[in-house]
Amino acid sequence: MNSVIRSAARCLRASAWQYRPAQNNGELLSGRARLMCSSSAVLKTLEEIVKKDKVVVFMKGTPAQPMCGFSNAVVQILRMHGVDGYASYNVLDDQDIRQGIKTLSNWPTIPQVFFNGEFVGGCDILLQMHQSGDLVEELQKLGIRSALLDQEKESK
Amino acid sequence: MLCSALRRLRPSTCILASTRHLTHMGPVETTIRTKLAQALKPEHLEVMNESHMHAVPAGSESHFRVLVVSPQFEGLSLLQRHRLVNEALREELSTCVHALAIQAKTPQQWSSNPSLAKSPPCLGGSKHDNTMTEKLKAGRD
Repeated sequence: MNSVIRSAARCLRASAWQYRPAQNNGELLSGRARLMCSSSAVLKTLEEIVKKDKVVVFMKGTPAQPMCGFSNAVVQILRMHGVDGYASYNVLDDQDIRQGIKTLSNWPTIPQVFFNGEFVGGCDILLQMHQSGDLVEELQKLGIRSALLDQEKESK
Repeated sequence: MLCSALRRLRPSTCILASTRHLTHMGPVETTIRTKLAQALKPEHLEVMNESHMHAVPAGSESHFRVLVVSPQFEGLSLLQRHRLVNEALREELSTCVHALAIQAKTPQQWSSNPSLAKSPPCLGGSKHDNTMTEKLKAGRD
């Protein structure tokens, strides 16, 4: 059990499957250790991951190269609002993560968006929040000022 | 002639409303319609098989878009509404259905804005997805 937890912690530190838009080469960090752990360890790791950053996205592909239209839509919406410092995880690289996040959020599909550790929804919900203006408010609660507010200001 | 006659029916005959799919409705689509109708008693229901828009073989039933208009959504957040839809289709989503786009509206929201959302263009993700073979097989079995 200890080796399982150590492995989980190693993966968390290695961020084997994580992509951060701030990275220079835009490539996934190389997978040093796949997360070959029990499902409870995976869930625990994911619980920590979703709380580590204000905005966390589980998607197919990366923000630089999305591999799915729905994941791409999430990336585009966040980009439109000027949200660039978010953490993104490519589920195609790790089936444990892919299944684990669906279990954690009790949500069957990818992409999945988390704000401050709380599951927000997938592409449809994010799109509707964007269209209704709710996304600007929710980002504000995270201390993120949407770029759309500045655009509105410029046009007035 | 059948389609124009059915178009004249009231919106409460929601299952029959989308007649254009009747002749081409596969078993998964039929199940989705039935389960959503039973669970959510919608006033309007659209179920679209969008598999042809994705990198899967012709005739697949793996990617769907649903529009559900139901009074059961009153007072519920978007997340709560979508969860109800997911719950109704739990079995399909854990087997053959790979993607499900959802619009969940109250009757008032639908009447003030009766528009169907469109799915974004596919970026070929299914081609790189090694779980797709299993899902497509589950849809055929």
